[in-house]
Amino acid sequence: MFIALRDLWFARGRFALMGAVVALVALLMVLLSGLATGLVDDNISGVRSLPASHLAFSADGGVAFNRSTVDRDQWEGLAATPGVTAAAPLGNTLFNGQAYADPDVAARASAEIARDGTAATKGTAVDLALFGMEPGSFIAPTPVDGSPLGSRPDGVLASKALLDKGVKIGDEIVLDRVGTKMVVVGTTGKDNYGHVPVVYAPLTLWQEATFGAPGSDPATEPPAIHRVATLVALNSSGADLAAADAALELKTVSKQEAFNGSPGYKEETGTLLMIEFFLYIIAAVLVAAFFTVWTIQRRHEIGLVKALGGSNRYLLKDAMGQAFIVLVVATAVGAAFGIALGAVIMAATPVPFALAVGPVTVAAVLVILMGLIGGALTIRRITSVDPLIALGGAR
Amino acid sequence: MTLSLHDVSLTLGDGDQEVTALDHVSLEVPPGELLAVVGPSGSGKSSLLAVAGALLRPTAGRVTVAGNELADLDDKARTRVRLDHLGFVFQASNLVPSLTATEQLLLLPHLAGRSPSSGRERARQLLDDVGMGHRADRRPHQLSGGERQRVGIARALMGEPSLLLVDEPTSALDHERGREIVELLAREAHDRGVATVMVTHDTAMLGSVDRVLTMADGRLAAPAPATHT
Repeated sequence: MFIALRDLWFARGRFALMGAVVALVALLMVLLSGLATGLVDDNISGVRSLPASHLAFSADGGVAFNRSTVDRDQWEGLAATPGVTAAAPLGNTLFNGQAYADPDVAARASAEIARDGTAATKGTAVDLALFGMEPGSFIAPTPVDGSPLGSRPDGVLASKALLDKGVKIGDEIVLDRVGTKMVVVGTTGKDNYGHVPVVYAPLTLWQEATFGAPGSDPATEPPAIHRVATLVALNSSGADLAAADAALELKTVSKQEAFNGSPGYKEETGTLLMIEFFLYIIAAVLVAAFFTVWTIQRRHEIGLVKALGGSNRYLLKDAMGQAFIVLVVATAVGAAFGIALGAVIMAATPVPFALAVGPVTVAAVLVILMGLIGGALTIRRITSVDPLIALGGAR
Repeated sequence: MTLSLHDVSLTLGDGDQEVTALDHVSLEVPPGELLAVVGPSGSGKSSLLAVAGALLRPTAGRVTVAGNELADLDDKARTRVRLDHLGFVFQASNLVPSLTATEQLLLLPHLAGRSPSSGRERARQLLDDVGMGHRADRRPHQLSGGERQRVGIARALMGEPSLLLVDEPTSALDHERGREIVELLAREAHDRGVATVMVTHDTAMLGSVDRVLTMADGRLAAPAPATHT
């Protein structure tokens, strides 16, 4: 790259301008990938962290968390299916609630809901996704801090995301309208579902909160509600899940596929993917346009080098090497700014944003790759130059 | 003979637009001779350079450069012949804009696949020879037309060519500078034993030339008497 490197320096203004635009594209890609990772985490990290390979939804509701209901016969049937190593019911409902540090105040709020349907005594408003699971089942999370699920009937584990909102171990949460009261006994990692923090509760507490009459005494609930959950989480090693689905009227999908059943998941990831897709195309077109103009400007010089004895191979190596250097430097600068800006966003704003090594690397490599493809589109303009143009008068 | 053309014809274009650029041209240039080919534009003298320089294939006839019969060679081998045996001096300012004078010369060993620094000593020597030693680190836009042409000549000599092809070297220069350039070419041709063919339309520059041929309508003619005054 004898000429290419010197051209880079000689035309540094033009290359800096183009590099700046590539850097901005790379910066945008890093921010978008951070936002995509953040949104995915915000939406389904609670489901993703379940130690299950598959999730079974009721056959009639399709794969949708908010339309599925399964009963005890189905999860016991799945657990008895050969090849299913573990199966456990999982309840999943979104709630609004109030968190109270003082148990007496929480009790008063719960009583107000039982009497009036709404609590006049306000605590800290919290949105949460209540995950009901049988204490001791294979999906029950191990607490990071505090006691495990089942240490008391109304004891729940709160996601770290809820702790960030000021809830602590020992606080009580009262669900709006239904008035169900629970005590935070432990904490888990940062699990979210549907953009709100997950609260892990014993299955019976989830059943009462979801199906019980508002303000009713759990003891007087009809026993039927204790037979239901939203779906079945299972681990399969070679089980005939299609046959089990047919026999038990279930729809079993891998955990990955089940993400699509979370409200908004497909739309959010789809929108971002489309924006990213177009940005990659723009990166390629941009680099192609720049190097096309640049090659046209250098046409005479290319003919001259050919007349002096430079081969097409020599000139192409020069041109692609030059494009590679510009792209790598510009992308590195853009990605570095993106990561720095992302760190500020994570620290200072509530925007769901997460920087992960994988997606950021993929984004950077793709920007470089698309740029090289764009640069490669100008190859013909180099090979087609006739060395004869170096002879001024020759026609 | 370093260069020999035997009964060479070149037809350009096709159909109604067909133009005979070279019409049965035969020519021999021995080592160390500076030959000037004079003629008006369109007479075919640039075509002569292109054919001798392995840039165009003649329609008929044989071209031999330093023992290589060009008709037998494919494009890649012709590029190699240019690299190994030919030196070109182009019209004014045909230098790579981003390279310093020294680097213009060092480009040649690099094109031949050698390390550019291997030619550093020779490049310095050549720039001294053409009187450009003191401006070795300037880029083309910092040099005058005559200085650029001197660097162009040094570059053409860098590859130790046996044949030097020179295209209108004085077209961008005033009379005095032009005469100096032709004198430089004659000296280098004689000192190094390089066969040199210079085409020009400028008959006032031929004082130090060994032999002059005139070209008209694609045909080479006997020496013009006017040049011997």
